[in-house]
Amino acid sequence: MTWVERFDALERGPVGMAIRESLWLFPAIEAVHLLGLALLGGAVLMVDLRLLGMGLRGRALNLVVADARPWLLIAIGVMLATGIPLFLSEAVKCFYNFSFWVKMIALPIALVFTFAVKHPLARRNPPRAAAALLGVASIGVWFTVAAAGRWIGFSG
Amino acid sequence: MSLLPFCEWLASTQWSIALHESLYAYPLIESSHVLGLLLFAGTIAMVDLRLLGVAFKAVPVSEMNARILPWTIVGAVVMIGTGILLFYAIPVRTYQSVWFRAKVIFLIAAAVNVWIFHKRVSRNRERWDAAPKPPLNARVTAATSLALWAGIIVFGRMIAYNWFDCYRPQSNFVQWLAGCVVEASA
Repeated sequence: MTWVERFDALERGPVGMAIRESLWLFPAIEAVHLLGLALLGGAVLMVDLRLLGMGLRGRALNLVVADARPWLLIAIGVMLATGIPLFLSEAVKCFYNFSFWVKMIALPIALVFTFAVKHPLARRNPPRAAAALLGVASIGVWFTVAAAGRWIGFSG
Repeated sequence: MSLLPFCEWLASTQWSIALHESLYAYPLIESSHVLGLLLFAGTIAMVDLRLLGVAFKAVPVSEMNARILPWTIVGAVVMIGTGILLFYAIPVRTYQSVWFRAKVIFLIAAAVNVWIFHKRVSRNRERWDAAPKPPLNARVTAATSLALWAGIIVFGRMIAYNWFDCYRPQSNFVQWLAGCVVEASA
């Protein structure tokens, strides 16, 4: 079985079929995906702005991370719960879509960076330059995920 | 009075046509409008969740507003700038979109909600500024804001879909909502 055949099988699964047969399901899931994007943006930026010495700069970094983290987890949950069905409804289109693969590479990088690098380091209240570097890297990698995600709809 | 003739004139202008027919400019502006959400709606959500008493509970409401709302303003500039360009690229269809009309009504409601917060709710803010859970009327404005902005985001996304467009067969109700011009049958 080739990879495109695997993607085709995914698309023919119950979730993919149900979404494609419905007029409203795809736009409705997509709309919730956007709402999750807004929440994700807020939760990520609260920490990143603080890392850059802006936003809640009067608060200790570890406290900002602790406050933002549950909302980040909720947002990521919403994004996966809606993003996976969206993918399943058009898996073959995604397979041939360059932006999709950019997103699929950038997303694990963003997740690993956030939870294995950014949060652990931010909790130790790093020096200003290091903090700013973390903030810029975080904004860059999440921006790539979001922009590539939007571009899936334009290309292919 | 209908704004339709104005929208038709807008659509006939050279830049509107250029934008509408552009291969990259329109999708880039559209993407900026979507990515602006991360900053604009994201910061609104964080401020509202604080006012709701469920996030950043140790941070006074006044500190959230002072430190985060300037970023919301930056986001608003991006959203309004790109939003106007998106309307300018497709004026007539957007004007006659039931989704766009719902979005405008919700935007006005969101503005009124902000006004109510500043005029009424935050009048005695010193008393509850640092409280983890603000009083009921403050929490109601926060929940209203979250609901309105969620509606605005959803309606905005739906403008792209043509289910209720005037060129398709529509019920009298939808034609009235969308302001479709029905040609009189001779």
